[in-house]
Amino acid sequence: MNLKKRFKEAKSDYFTYAGVILAFIVISVLKANGGLNRSQTGLLVPICCYIVMAVSLNLTVGILGDLSLGHAGFMSVGAFAGVITAMGLYNVIPSAPVRLALAMIVGAFFAAVIGFLIGIPVLRLTGDYLAIVTLAFGEIIKELITCLLVGVDAEGLHIIFNVSGSKTATDLNLLEGGRVIIKGAQGATGTKTIASFTAGFILIMITLVIVQNLIRSRHGRAIMAVRDNRIAAEAVGIPVTRYKMMAFVTSAALAGAAGALFGLNYSNLAATKFDFNTSILVLVFVVLGGLGNIWGSIIATVILYILPEALRSFASYRMLIYAIVLIVVMLTTNNPVLKTYREQLREKFGKNKDKEATGA
Amino acid sequence: MKKTLALILALTLVFALAAPAAFADDAFKLGSSGPLTGGAAIYGISVMNGIQIAVDEINAMDDGFKFEFKSQDDEADSGDKAINAYNTLMDWGMQVMAGTVTSGSGITVAAQAFEDRTFMLTPSGSSPDLTADKDNAYQVCFTDPAQGTLSANVFAESFPGAKVAVIYRNDDAYSQGIRDTFVKEAAAKGLDVVYEGTFTDSTSTDFSVQLTAAQAAGADLIFLPIYYTPASVILQQANQMGYAPKFFGVDGMDGILTLEGFDTSLAEGVYLMTPFFAHADDERTQAFTAEYTKRFGEEPNQFAADGYDAAYILKAALQAAGCTPDMSAADICDALVEVITTISYDGVTGTGMTWKSTGEVSKDPIVVVIQDGAYVTPEF
Repeated sequence: MNLKKRFKEAKSDYFTYAGVILAFIVISVLKANGGLNRSQTGLLVPICCYIVMAVSLNLTVGILGDLSLGHAGFMSVGAFAGVITAMGLYNVIPSAPVRLALAMIVGAFFAAVIGFLIGIPVLRLTGDYLAIVTLAFGEIIKELITCLLVGVDAEGLHIIFNVSGSKTATDLNLLEGGRVIIKGAQGATGTKTIASFTAGFILIMITLVIVQNLIRSRHGRAIMAVRDNRIAAEAVGIPVTRYKMMAFVTSAALAGAAGALFGLNYSNLAATKFDFNTSILVLVFVVLGGLGNIWGSIIATVILYILPEALRSFASYRMLIYAIVLIVVMLTTNNPVLKTYREQLREKFGKNKDKEATGA
Repeated sequence: MKKTLALILALTLVFALAAPAAFADDAFKLGSSGPLTGGAAIYGISVMNGIQIAVDEINAMDDGFKFEFKSQDDEADSGDKAINAYNTLMDWGMQVMAGTVTSGSGITVAAQAFEDRTFMLTPSGSSPDLTADKDNAYQVCFTDPAQGTLSANVFAESFPGAKVAVIYRNDDAYSQGIRDTFVKEAAAKGLDVVYEGTFTDSTSTDFSVQLTAAQAAGADLIFLPIYYTPASVILQQANQMGYAPKFFGVDGMDGILTLEGFDTSLAEGVYLMTPFFAHADDERTQAFTAEYTKRFGEEPNQFAADGYDAAYILKAALQAAGCTPDMSAADICDALVEVITTISYDGVTGTGMTWKSTGEVSKDPIVVVIQDGAYVTPEF
């Protein structure tokens, strides 16, 4: 790796930061001047969450090269850990931003712990096997949270693990003035919403700093070496499991933080929200944006998240058109004729050649 | 590729041109959100059809009262999609909401509507959490606990000494909510619950384990606080096993007779509790059933009836409160909150419906039994 190339890669990182900051400033100004309507404003926080989800999944799928189908599981762990934290501390810490920050940290922590525990068996596998095990893990998390009853009162947290399904929120035996945070299948209800667009922006920036620096570091190169050729990487003495774990746990922690932000944006959140479909949705963002391409993940997330909302005027044809657009976009981005055409364009305008080449 | 693109562009243009024409300003903007795509779409579409019929009827009356109706898809999601649908309606200028269809999205939307001061009357969102601690949210349907209590009462009166089994879906707030109060009330009334079986969305295609266990426990009455799609599988499998207990469903069972590909003879003798009975004797229900069947080619279920009633109840409340279409959503909300507890309404889902300030409706449920492919009043 020569210096010139490194500098160019770093430059593309700075472009990403600059782009995100610019978007944040433009949107904030628009929002302050009433340039956004309600539905557009309402999309901001979930978009931030899904961007973090996509970027973090890109770390597992694009950089580490392991197909994970259970990313929503980490989001779920983070969301419910975050909601419990924020609601549990509701009477202790009056400041909403502080509670939100704490909730995201706790969400990230628990998701990382779960990511580590899952990683021990999972990362011994590769390819299809790993994909299926992560898929199963996502379903297990969903089932477990469905069994969870959590409440808080003056004595602290009360948690029941309702495996038989025969217990209800009254079994928590909360004192007067206590509140139920998670009611099993009904999920977290009555959550006080404290998530904000600014928090979402900060989370995206932190995610970008962590992921991009990890990729450009020595560890990142080791992780990519494992992706490109595991045997060769092992032969040159790279501890494969350690680096796999590093990428996997980082990815899980970021998804957990995104989950906490997401969970605190809605007053009701059921575990079934974070099912297989959500994992696939995020995977679609990543694949469409380009595996390993961080900037692409961000753009793809924004476009694909807004698309079904923008298509609302088509009423019942909405999801059909969404699906058609997805197919068309996937086909066009991989069409050899169009690829050559793009190459020609690029040669004409010369400049951007190196930057694009990094997105493998 | 070019052809495909051209085709898509052409389609887009056609859809864009087909957008409905705008109404005059003298109509109240009535919005509703529910699942119009995905697995729960049947409920959302039924509710929207019911509301649409009511709105058309109201607009055809010449009393000067008009509704302009718009529905949005929330995919039965309790998070972002629910809020997106609600925000889209608010951008359109919604003044009153006849939504949401499902409880999960209702809880999310109600919290937001409470902050915005938007009045909402949910046709079919049955969770008590939807209306809890909010003065702006009301229900047309029974709450889940109310159904559990009512079922337990019916069991104690009509099936004394029965050995009861409960099969419910434990990842669904609706099913779990009814089951929780039912089991509590059943214990208080001395009912003998011999078995409880659970399933989830992903395991709703095979019930042989639960049915075998219920049979082994000697259950002769199976309580099914679930929707009719899994219930149809239970009825089929019980029939194959040669196990013939009595089945008792709640309002989610309504619709089983119109399920495609289901042998309705299997549903013979199934009891269910529903607020709506498409073949009831009263004139209103008959007119509604006739109109619905004519327009949509199928009989209305209770979701459609709930939607139909919701629009009429909102009209009655708006008139009682003396609201005008030029008022803001927040002013209308405050005015409606004042009057909703004072009005009494006779609709297709119940007569003498009144509302408590908690948001819950008071009305009598109807227990029916399926005989010869139709609902009839049972003789116990």
